[in-house]
Amino acid sequence: MKICVLVKEVPDAAVRKRLDPVSGRLDRGGERTLNPYDTHAIEAAMAIREGGVVEVGEVVAVTMGPEGAVRALHKAVSLGVDRSVLLCDDVLAGSDVAATGYALAAVLAREAPDLVLLGQQSDDGECYTVGAIVADHLAMPSLTQVIKLDVQAGDGGVVLRCERQAEYGYDTVEVALPAVVSVGDAINEPRYPSLKAIMGAKKKPLETVGAAECGIDVGRVGGEGSAARWSGSKEPPRKPPGLLIEDEDTEATVAQIVAWLDERKLI
Amino acid sequence: MGAGRGVVPSDYPPAVDSRAEFIRREIDGPDDRIDVGVAIVGGGTAGLACANRLLGLLADDPETMERLGEVPVAVIEKAKVCGGHSLSGAVMRPGPLLELFPDVSREQWRKEGFAFGEVTKEAVYLLPNRRSRLRIPPPPPFRNHGAEVVSVAALARFAQKRAEDAGAYVLTETAASQLIVEDGRVLGLRSGDKGRGRDGEPLASFEPGTDIRAQATVLAEGSWGHLTGAAIREFDLGGDREPQVWELGVKEVWKVPRPLDRVIHTIGPWPLSLRPRYGQIGGSWIYPMRDERTGEDLVSIGFVIDLDYADATTSAHDLLQLFKTHPLVQGILAGGERVSWGAKALPGGGWFSMPKLTMPGAAIIGDAGGMVDTVSLKGVHHAINSGRLAADAIYAALAHSSDNFDAYEQTLEQSATGRELYRVRNARQPFQKGFIAGAPLVNLAIATAGRLPAGRLAWHRNQDKPMFIGRTARRYPKPDGRYTFDKLSSVYISGNQTRDNAPNHIRVRQHVPRELAETWRSMCPAGVYEIPPDAPQHGDIDIIVNYTNCIQCGAITAKGGRLTTPEGGNGPHYQNL
Amino acid sequence: MADILVYALHYDGAFNKNSLGAVSEGSRLAAALGGQAHAVVVGDGASVELCATLGGYGAARVYRVAGPEGLAQPVVDAMAQLVGERGFGYALFGGGLLGFEIGAGLAARLGAGVAMEVTSVSVADGRLVAERPVLGDSAISQIEFRGDLGIVIGRLNAFEISPPSGEAAPVEDVAVEFSAFSTRARMLSRGEQRGEDVDIEGADILVAGGRGLGKAESFELCTELARALGPGSAVAATRAVVDAGWYPYAGQIGQTGKTVAPKLYFAAGISGAIQHKVGMAGSENIVAVNKDANAPIFEFADLGIVGDLNKILPKLTAALLARREG
Repeated sequence: MKICVLVKEVPDAAVRKRLDPVSGRLDRGGERTLNPYDTHAIEAAMAIREGGVVEVGEVVAVTMGPEGAVRALHKAVSLGVDRSVLLCDDVLAGSDVAATGYALAAVLAREAPDLVLLGQQSDDGECYTVGAIVADHLAMPSLTQVIKLDVQAGDGGVVLRCERQAEYGYDTVEVALPAVVSVGDAINEPRYPSLKAIMGAKKKPLETVGAAECGIDVGRVGGEGSAARWSGSKEPPRKPPGLLIEDEDTEATVAQIVAWLDERKLI
Repeated sequence: MGAGRGVVPSDYPPAVDSRAEFIRREIDGPDDRIDVGVAIVGGGTAGLACANRLLGLLADDPETMERLGEVPVAVIEKAKVCGGHSLSGAVMRPGPLLELFPDVSREQWRKEGFAFGEVTKEAVYLLPNRRSRLRIPPPPPFRNHGAEVVSVAALARFAQKRAEDAGAYVLTETAASQLIVEDGRVLGLRSGDKGRGRDGEPLASFEPGTDIRAQATVLAEGSWGHLTGAAIREFDLGGDREPQVWELGVKEVWKVPRPLDRVIHTIGPWPLSLRPRYGQIGGSWIYPMRDERTGEDLVSIGFVIDLDYADATTSAHDLLQLFKTHPLVQGILAGGERVSWGAKALPGGGWFSMPKLTMPGAAIIGDAGGMVDTVSLKGVHHAINSGRLAADAIYAALAHSSDNFDAYEQTLEQSATGRELYRVRNARQPFQKGFIAGAPLVNLAIATAGRLPAGRLAWHRNQDKPMFIGRTARRYPKPDGRYTFDKLSSVYISGNQTRDNAPNHIRVRQHVPRELAETWRSMCPAGVYEIPPDAPQHGDIDIIVNYTNCIQCGAITAKGGRLTTPEGGNGPHYQNL
Repeated sequence: MADILVYALHYDGAFNKNSLGAVSEGSRLAAALGGQAHAVVVGDGASVELCATLGGYGAARVYRVAGPEGLAQPVVDAMAQLVGERGFGYALFGGGLLGFEIGAGLAARLGAGVAMEVTSVSVADGRLVAERPVLGDSAISQIEFRGDLGIVIGRLNAFEISPPSGEAAPVEDVAVEFSAFSTRARMLSRGEQRGEDVDIEGADILVAGGRGLGKAESFELCTELARALGPGSAVAATRAVVDAGWYPYAGQIGQTGKTVAPKLYFAAGISGAIQHKVGMAGSENIVAVNKDANAPIFEFADLGIVGDLNKILPKLTAALLARREG
């Protein structure tokens, strides 16, 4: 079984962020780190490999980004991934999430994995969507918000039994491979890499590919090729100051609270 | 002393045996350990200067480079990125950095984002009270013309990239928890475990540390180095020296509407108390920072206080907030926005408190070796210089297959760093008797460029100072959240991300007299120490330790506790401090 | 293209609030565009009567598709077919797991742009402009769409539900050919409730307790109040009390816990330090009870009560219960 893990380098959550006033995009200067949700995806891949139910031949990390994104790939490798692929091409700059998913799907199609794993959301505002987009392009079933993943080998092949958190409760879904699974952070506790793994990461194979060699249609990516575009920024609406009551007569205070809640149709 | 002697912090030591805990006396076999050429513990100003210099020398000597193995230079840094835990004022003398990177001009420093302009104007003020100021001609140590305003946090990021490009392995998020010593030699270090729970139990993500064997180990841990302290005890590097003493600085960076045009220092007495019993010695800085990358006008403002004070309610953070209310500061910051905050302890003992800097297999550089001139508030260029000189000595020794780095200590003493530190060797000890009592001797030392007073003036340890509950706290402003700030919201913008269930890295006695609890609560800029609301006003109480707030400033170690090696990757994330 | 296709999720015999909000919003926007809002329901358990009720929220027509419930990709097939056949200009979703999965899948299928976590949509020059918060709610970005179809995925419960008019919409059964891969996922069990796992992110009303509660047992006061505030309420906690062991980590709100934005956030004994504030500042209505008049929470609470929560909470609980019975 071949597993591909989609990873993303995102601005470090601890770093003070600002919007670039001209492009409206997140000012991506400053430190970047491997999206924490992706570490859960990598750990899930390791768990499948170590689980012994199926034999995992290769775990490959794939990312789309500028040259510096190799750092995220090194981190992925130090966590146990065997090799990595960086899709790096100027034509991709400014791609919206749909274009990004399309481009990543092209790289994944080259790899022909049995399972694609990724973190369900990223620290830079993107959530639950890349997996679904990639899956549609690859004609694979997709599940998101998966917090439990069990591999079962049966007569019909390998199936994944997944639990996911929907807003109305937990679903248990069985999905046949090949499939795309986006995992939540509750799925596991990612291991820390050993120093040896960290230092050995740069030696693992890393391939850089461009849009053309992956068959990506330039007209469908980049700022110009993206169908959703940023058109402006504004400040969030300011809240008017609140009302402050000092409790002297609790019965009266409580009546005031109930009236306040009632007025706003909260009860 | 009035009503009783006061509570002495060193009477309540935490249970820490530095040699037993921080020295490892065996080393793993070759399969389990990592072998490197030179291991530099600490990716701050000094450590990266050493790394860059070493790699520069090795680039011209492939034979020695090869003998150092696959990893000729490794830097071990506990923050997420080099500079993440680095903080300083700072106005830096430019020479050593220009020598370290001769291909990088001062204009390029500013384009890289770690330098903010040459000092062309400066002012020194006495502040008699909360409203007035008295400008005085800058005493010799405060003359900063030609120096550069820098951010050490940003500089470290630049230096990290240079070191990595030159071939260094920079292992961030990696703590060094033990020094490995065998047969009286430093063999290397052991990295810290990761993934332990609050009580030290291994969690599902547990990964044990790794032994790193090095042909030379450089201790560049900065203020209160964990391994440095253990090494000093193990090899008796401090036996014949004065004890080290400490100062705590709290700093903010502000975006301001009007650019500041000068470097400002204030030397008190306000907002401190002149009463000798209080033992408060300190001052402030306000430096202009013009950020060429973003075009923003910023200001670095900080307050530094000697940790020798005796009033338990002294809080450097709140004194900074109080300081900001002075019209001098309001004129600069009003209408602006706070963008950063941080705090760090620094070594204040100077020349006579510096330990011996070499031991078999290892050397100490930078703040870890106490190389800060606290008279002129300069330590950055000394850190760079010492890193460079240590690199020279280590390279020379390794090129001749020797492990004797003694030459480093000699060249340091004879260098500009040695001379500058020697000149102010007796210039601050008198303040331990109080600002007024000490001023005459301090002024004498400065005026005679160190010739007087003669001999060696002593220091007493900060933790031996008896603490009492005084009245400094009554003057702190109530934080308004826009101009003055509370500790918790300050910790928040320091970028502190410490794992919720990480083990507690702070060692203090749990059950202590009220005066000591108050001392810690007030001193800690991050609000780590809390007194339960129902604790008695007198007598012994149980202190609460919110260790996940800790920004690893190190002050606790000066006043009766101990900051031990936290898990790598935790702590603040300073960017432009 | 002025018509909007809205996805409505039904579960347990009813449409969830999220979906009703989306239909309401779709109808408002379609009117502004001069078109209609149509809803699409996919599953096996949705009766014609149930689907027709969406008319009360503004849907001019409801498409009912027989197919697997609770899975996204069959809905992508259905909506792609409807968009292709009937020519919709926009597809609108109310957030939630399926809303995101379907919206994203549809964007890939039809090569459309998608905006997610949208909190508000406006009309400019006959086109929709979506707004979403970024940078931890400190700024709002506006997104516009190129091409034939724009997809808007709202933040959970961001769209307001119109008061139902009771009108019934015509329901049309649509046959959809599902893609081969859409049916490779099989729902084994749906919507399991788990007691010990506190799901605070979906709750409309949160009663959160902090250090001011004094002791672990006092969380009862919060639980009772949550019960009295009605279904859809949950109890949450600050990091300080989770650290102290008074409440499980799953209920923690704040910098390292969960981020929530319920309609009502009731803070009992919480100081409002920024590490907690960042987790709940997006709440629509914030009520705080604290005995310290200087607590920072009063600076951003909509209603603040300075007093003893041990007196106020039980009396408030009793008053709310009495109100429901009376």
